[in-house]
Amino acid sequence: MTRVRFVRLAVAGASAALLLTVACRPVEESSPRFGKDVEGAAKTTVALFAVAPPPFSEGIFPCSECHFPTDKVNRTPHAVEFHDDIVLHHDEKNRWCLDCHDAVNRDKLHLADGRLIDFTESYLLCGQCHGPTLRNWKAGEHGKRTGSWSGAKQYLLCANCHSPHSPRFKPLKPRQPPLRQEAIR
Amino acid sequence: MPAPEPPANGYTRRDSVVLGFFALAAAAMSTGCATDKLALDEFVQKHFKDLSGDELKDRLAQMEKRYSEEYGKSVKVSATPPLPGVLFGYALDLSRCIGCRRCVYGCVEENNLSRDPQTHWITVLEMDKETGVDLRHADAYYDHETVPHPGKFYMPVACQHCENPPCVKVCPVQATWKEPDGIVVIDDDWGIGCRRCLAACPYGARRFNWGKPSIPPDELNPNTEYLGNRPRQRGVVEKCSFCLQRTRKGLYPKCVEVCPVGARKFGNLLDPDSEIRYIIENKRVFILKDELNTQPKFFYYYGL
Repeated sequence: MTRVRFVRLAVAGASAALLLTVACRPVEESSPRFGKDVEGAAKTTVALFAVAPPPFSEGIFPCSECHFPTDKVNRTPHAVEFHDDIVLHHDEKNRWCLDCHDAVNRDKLHLADGRLIDFTESYLLCGQCHGPTLRNWKAGEHGKRTGSWSGAKQYLLCANCHSPHSPRFKPLKPRQPPLRQEAIR
Repeated sequence: MPAPEPPANGYTRRDSVVLGFFALAAAAMSTGCATDKLALDEFVQKHFKDLSGDELKDRLAQMEKRYSEEYGKSVKVSATPPLPGVLFGYALDLSRCIGCRRCVYGCVEENNLSRDPQTHWITVLEMDKETGVDLRHADAYYDHETVPHPGKFYMPVACQHCENPPCVKVCPVQATWKEPDGIVVIDDDWGIGCRRCLAACPYGARRFNWGKPSIPPDELNPNTEYLGNRPRQRGVVEKCSFCLQRTRKGLYPKCVEVCPVGARKFGNLLDPDSEIRYIIENKRVFILKDELNTQPKFFYYYGL
């Protein structure tokens, strides 16, 4: 076999292999799925984001130190005296604690269909109502990233910026304005 | 081509230049001072792009020595080359920015901007929601108790890193140019202070050091770059460099990291999976003064 023919053959073989790989690749998700509790996650590559830890108030977690699974729970929405530092300002007419916090396993949150999730996965819970925002967050558009633009970066949980009980951003004090030109000496 | 006539006094222009150099060198030798030797080296140095590998190394070492002595701490000066296959782009969400100016001061600390006289690379403009983007009536000096102020929105402006930069075109000495990764840089040792670039920039993004920049030694960021955040001198123009001392090592620019509302986005325009590409493809994006055909790589958008 001449050298030219060998090269041609090799190129043909390589392109066939390439075509095959492309054809066999599973349809890619536009955004990765998370967590083993979510249906379909096992089939696709699970891409987990490095997220900052949930912002618990000091001494409040684990909740199971005070709440026991055997406790009798009043499931009718009512004011909770012990947690009076929490002012619910997040669709409070329609929601209350146990819509997100699980009544039996207090160290977990639950989705609308009852599946339990950790506090570190709370974005799944938020995304049930705020779907487009979750989509943008996964794509890196919503929320703040730190670390590397080209590689490992840390994502913040929704709750790191928006208090889940009162999510609207609070006004900030701005840093001092620049000197006016006439004041620069 | 005919040879030029020798001048009547027997000296050519070239002779006098050479003589001048000898005079300077002699002056430097006679004082016997090391800094004068350094000053002479700087005076006759080559353009950054013409420095060979060894010459660049020497030059960086000289700078490190000078800055370390001046600030009393170890200062590193590198010349990190652009990353291959990278074209940097920046996006800023106008519906999210609250005008808190954290970016302005984060930039000051990271990039060793002069504290006195004050230099800021980022200007945050306050405008009325009712009129929209209207630069003529923008206010950079707003001073509210808290932000965002009702009825106002905010637009931070810094160097737009144009693909077609007017500032580069007008420079008579090529002291400013566009790097392969899209960053428009300035060689602080090459600028002559003519300020043509300052006048040519349609975004008001360039700053001139009218006085000697001063940075408290304990606040100096010792990780510096030749074309980026090394301490600058009086009489030269400076501006945002997309934090190339960070971004060429894969990190986000400082303003992205300090923004409390996540309004600032940064990445590689050539990477279809990057955040910046997602924004350009999915959001309502605009560039400032697009009629000037400067082709900025800084994109404003409305995320909400």
